[in-house]
Amino acid sequence: MRPMLKLLDDELVRQIIDEAFGLLMDPGVRVHNDEALELLTEAGAEVDLTSSIARIPESIVRDALQTAPSEFYLHDLDGESVVHYAGDNVHFDPGSAAITILDRKTQKQRDPTTEDFVDFIKLVEMLPQLDAQSTAFICKDVPEEIGDLYRLYLALNFMRKPIVTGAFGKDTWWTMKELLVTMAGGEAELASKPIAIFDVCPSPPLLWSDITCQNMIDCARSGIPAELVSMPLAGATAPVTLAGAVVQHAAECLSGVVINQLSQKGAAIVWGGSPAAFDMREGTTPMGAVGTWMIDCAYAEVGKALNLPTHAYLGMSDAKIVDVQSGLESSGGTILAALTGINMISGAGMMDFESCQSFEKLVIDAEIIGMAKRLVAGIEVRDEPIALTLMRSMGHEADYLVSPHTLKWFQEEFYIPSEVIDRCSYDGWQSRGGKSAADRASDRVDQLLGSYEARPLTDELRVELRRITTVAAQDFGMDELPPLPIA
Amino acid sequence: MADDILAQITEKLLIGETERVVALTEEALSAGLEPLVIINQGLLPGMEEAGEKFSRGEFFLPHLLIAAKGMQEAMALLEPELSLRQETPEVVGTVVIGTVHGDIHEIGKSLVGTLLSVNGFQVHDLGVDVPLERFVEKVQETGADILGLSALLTTTMIGQREVIEALDEAGIRDQVKVLVGGSPVSRKWANSIGADGYAEDALGAVEVARQVLGLGV
Repeated sequence: MRPMLKLLDDELVRQIIDEAFGLLMDPGVRVHNDEALELLTEAGAEVDLTSSIARIPESIVRDALQTAPSEFYLHDLDGESVVHYAGDNVHFDPGSAAITILDRKTQKQRDPTTEDFVDFIKLVEMLPQLDAQSTAFICKDVPEEIGDLYRLYLALNFMRKPIVTGAFGKDTWWTMKELLVTMAGGEAELASKPIAIFDVCPSPPLLWSDITCQNMIDCARSGIPAELVSMPLAGATAPVTLAGAVVQHAAECLSGVVINQLSQKGAAIVWGGSPAAFDMREGTTPMGAVGTWMIDCAYAEVGKALNLPTHAYLGMSDAKIVDVQSGLESSGGTILAALTGINMISGAGMMDFESCQSFEKLVIDAEIIGMAKRLVAGIEVRDEPIALTLMRSMGHEADYLVSPHTLKWFQEEFYIPSEVIDRCSYDGWQSRGGKSAADRASDRVDQLLGSYEARPLTDELRVELRRITTVAAQDFGMDELPPLPIA
Repeated sequence: MADDILAQITEKLLIGETERVVALTEEALSAGLEPLVIINQGLLPGMEEAGEKFSRGEFFLPHLLIAAKGMQEAMALLEPELSLRQETPEVVGTVVIGTVHGDIHEIGKSLVGTLLSVNGFQVHDLGVDVPLERFVEKVQETGADILGLSALLTTTMIGQREVIEALDEAGIRDQVKVLVGGSPVSRKWANSIGADGYAEDALGAVEVARQVLGLGV
């Protein structure tokens, strides 16, 4: 049996969806994008061009929900379908778009560079618990204006896993598409085996800004999946009640599904988000708050009820160093997300809300993810009868360690962590240096980076990716990209 | 009677009964109380106590912000009365604040604006996605001491630099202190664009605002 967390009963889910439909008519959604407003007008929504407010009738939303697929795959660069957005499947990727990294030596935040980003991509490749890459942070050694596409460029040079990404501009999205098309070997190839998904983020409450709305439209028309990242801040930009925040989330996401499906029927769109229970003392957006987790898990239940694939930013921490708080907060979010059956759970490595990525935290979080995946795999009956025959044959002997039955099953029954998780005797721990989890994590980062082997990439492809990115950089005053750190 | 109304204003402000604060302020005016007396002995003591309770961890942001709303609504009633009398409440400094163009993030900016206003600054909030020239105009129009520029995105932070450049071009850069803030904004960034100050959070912003005007913290 797969264990599942349920926070909402069916009646409450129905009410949340009904109220979301109600919000789409009154007060409606603000859409600061002309193309989307045209699509909505054509479809029969009531659009006020002066205020940019669209009132979307339930029938239009129902139609969009009919055509939005309930499942799709992301492929790795070898063409394998490794991420299946569907049902209660869970997959994990690192939290994305951090603006700093925790320096590996000083353990203090600093500006990330090209070299850091490449190392991070390699590390994600080496961690089997992570199913996808993400454009995890923004390199500060290139102009801000190409911050989005430059991350994708670097990642494509070093990754094999599919990637969760996002654009910061309308034009940069097209450069990112060009990079992906180049990598996939053509537009049709990219559309039939997508290797990337773009986050598109409505602004709370009930607003689609021009850039992200255009990104969503362009994704739909290019056959590239998009992931809605609605982020109600309960008590600040959304109702303070958790259920109220979920209603707002539902309305924002439903409007996204409508615009997406009006752009291209059947386009892959994911019901996702990054809400937070606003911190009433500091005025911050805690990712480690139980209220945040509950909003996430509840909205995912709503998405499932609508038969859509799901996503959430969970498994992050608000801690500033890799410490007890970072471990406890990341565990809580990760385990609840897995129990909810959220298809893509983004957050590993992330700390200081969604601002800072840490290599050490990433390898610790990978262990949490390993445990969470084991948990949701559930308890299975491996033999019939479960133990009767085996135990009768063993009698009162405690020799299970040498039993073939143990050898057959132990690696499936147990999750076996790396040495980041300490399970030695006290003396053993001391003799290995008496290190903290963070220090053991640091050792593991070194070890994994040392054993990374690049996926072969032709020189031709490498040159073409660099050419595309250089053209974009030159628009913003950078003639030559930083050198690509190739070992 | 007068003392009673003033005490009630303080009390209602503190417990967030905005409508009562406004009604009591009207009542106080009809009872012949001077607007400055209502401000200094009714409203400000309430705001100060709210601020102290917040610092002690007894109050949370909703308490503080609803008190500030009460104060602002009462001030809207009192301001016409003050100008009739050609009086002005004591202002620590004048601030123009807004989120730079291309950026629609509101909370941080509004929180800073509110906390500045409850700390005695006169705040002109230009809202979000504010064009460069609007900042320059408003600084010129109000003779502001401080300009606060908010940005939440790495891509819109650049707008902060552009506003500073626009102030330069208008020849008024030296007349106003520029403070920058927002999640991706760091001290390093603030220095690199020639801002006069930066704070990590809204309470920090009040401190910095006082510092750049040479006031004690």
